[in-house]
Amino acid sequence: MNPTATAVRAGVRRGVIELRNTFTNAQDLWNYFFPTAVLLVAMFFMRGSTVPGTDFSLGARALPSTIGMGLIFGGLLGLSQQLIVDREDGTLLRAKATPKGMLGYLIGKIVLISAVSLIGVVLQLTPGLFFLDGIRLGDAGAWLTLAWVVPLGLVATLPLGAVIGSLIENPRNMGLVVLPIFGLIALSGIFYPINGLPGWLQGVAQVFPVYWLGLGMRSALLPADLAAVELGGSWRHLETLGVLGAWAVLGLVLAPVVLRRMARRESGSRVAARRERAMQRVG
Amino acid sequence: MTAVELPGAVASPHPPDEDLVLDVRDLRMRYGTVDVLHGVDLTARRGEVLALLGPNGAGKTTTIEILEGFRLRSAGSVRVLGVDPGRGDERWRARIGVVLQSWRDHGKWRVRDLLAHLGDFYAPYATDRIPRPWPTDDLLDTVGLTPHAGKRVHQLSGGQRRRLDVAVGIVGRPELLFLDEPTVGFDPAARREFHELVHRLADLDETTILLTTHDLDEAEKLADRILILAGGRIIADGSPDELSRRVAGDAEIRWTRDGERFVHATADATGFLRDLLREHGDRVQELEVRRASLEDAYITLVHEEESGLRAGRAARVWQQGSER
Repeated sequence: MNPTATAVRAGVRRGVIELRNTFTNAQDLWNYFFPTAVLLVAMFFMRGSTVPGTDFSLGARALPSTIGMGLIFGGLLGLSQQLIVDREDGTLLRAKATPKGMLGYLIGKIVLISAVSLIGVVLQLTPGLFFLDGIRLGDAGAWLTLAWVVPLGLVATLPLGAVIGSLIENPRNMGLVVLPIFGLIALSGIFYPINGLPGWLQGVAQVFPVYWLGLGMRSALLPADLAAVELGGSWRHLETLGVLGAWAVLGLVLAPVVLRRMARRESGSRVAARRERAMQRVG
Repeated sequence: MTAVELPGAVASPHPPDEDLVLDVRDLRMRYGTVDVLHGVDLTARRGEVLALLGPNGAGKTTTIEILEGFRLRSAGSVRVLGVDPGRGDERWRARIGVVLQSWRDHGKWRVRDLLAHLGDFYAPYATDRIPRPWPTDDLLDTVGLTPHAGKRVHQLSGGQRRRLDVAVGIVGRPELLFLDEPTVGFDPAARREFHELVHRLADLDETTILLTTHDLDEAEKLADRILILAGGRIIADGSPDELSRRVAGDAEIRWTRDGERFVHATADATGFLRDLLREHGDRVQELEVRRASLEDAYITLVHEEESGLRAGRAARVWQQGSER
């Protein structure tokens, strides 16, 4: 029996069990559904406004954009938060104490976060279809685009999430990551086109994956003529592939190094020390 | 036993080296400029139960974490199951079980799911002698968690949670098990069951066990050999009886005579009793002789070590004392 293959299989099962555990936990369900509900309500009220220069619903434009944003949240914040929590409660040390346990742990997390993200896509898309017009799901091209944008988005963000989760030890410092991401979302044309922003701000937005995931999702789900109101007047698939691909490569290079360093430093006394600190925060 | 290093002690019935599960020589650890371990020597044979005692801050945790492979040592030679734990691979990892104090993990998991899942990782490391992992139902039964198998981990009581930690520690049928204060939070019944489990692991499965505890009564019940770590070195190494005898303390004798209660401390308990009974005969009632206990030995040894450190010299004397 090959230990690596065994750990990979155990990791996949781990992801499935964690998925079941998380979807039977009221707190987790609330965390998944509440933001989705808020976004849907926002889109409901935006549905009457139009994208500038067109008669297309602004709410319908926001639907694919926010789905792209959701992938960023899931991959980057979801994974990093889980890593931080799992380090604090000893889950990671447990994985380290198990033969090939870290491999199983990581695969489990990737399966879990990917599944949660995909379920999130469906949860948001399905109700949106009922009150937003112009989303093209019947089109084979739409599915084809989704089939590469969504996985690429996850590959671009999951390793970065692992890096962030490894570097941040104190859950309180998550704000350091969350606030810039919210800033980026405001810049990245998720809710409103950024054609009106100064050129240098548009430039900043286009360095990061949020903009490109939003664009990629719009290119999949919106009618082709909406491309005209994007920057450069096109869906820019090649550029999307290039920028998201570059982030994926960066993350995949960094993540193993940072993860290994983080795991090497884990020990019982570190977990105990973190617990002490957590107790002080609560108490 | 540290005596193994003394030339005169070679003839003692020490096992061949392959039976040495733990073999630590002159282990040193320095954090920054602070020396935490000043040359720890310890060995353990297969199936032996060792209790590592010592005051807080003596270096117990550091020592164990080095042996577990979770921390790199500064100097010294360490062999755990014949392997340097700083370079232990996954095959080595599979032969070791770790039960720490501070697990709070996997709260959303069901007990049975968790044990089955973690057990899966050990299957490729099964040998002819040791089938791995421990079958889940059998393991649940062994640690007394069968009635709680379907519960989520965060619903367990403190004692049940601890038993789960032990179950996870042994799911891979380790040849060497580290137990860090295993019975904190146990009620007396759970404690006794746990002690039976430890005996079973050591006697039937030949698991070598290194446990830390502050409960001297527990150490006396469980351990074949007790190591006292103080001031960064092993200051005593021997069976509970040997340690108690080493401290030449007075025995305490209590009795009642004509309804009156007496207590007398003496080095020569036998002589005193002979005289007492000759003089008062049957009027001596409720007679009790208490030799120096492990606790007395522990307190004395640690105190000597600490005051010796202050004086700056006696420490060596005790070190040699422990090597007999």
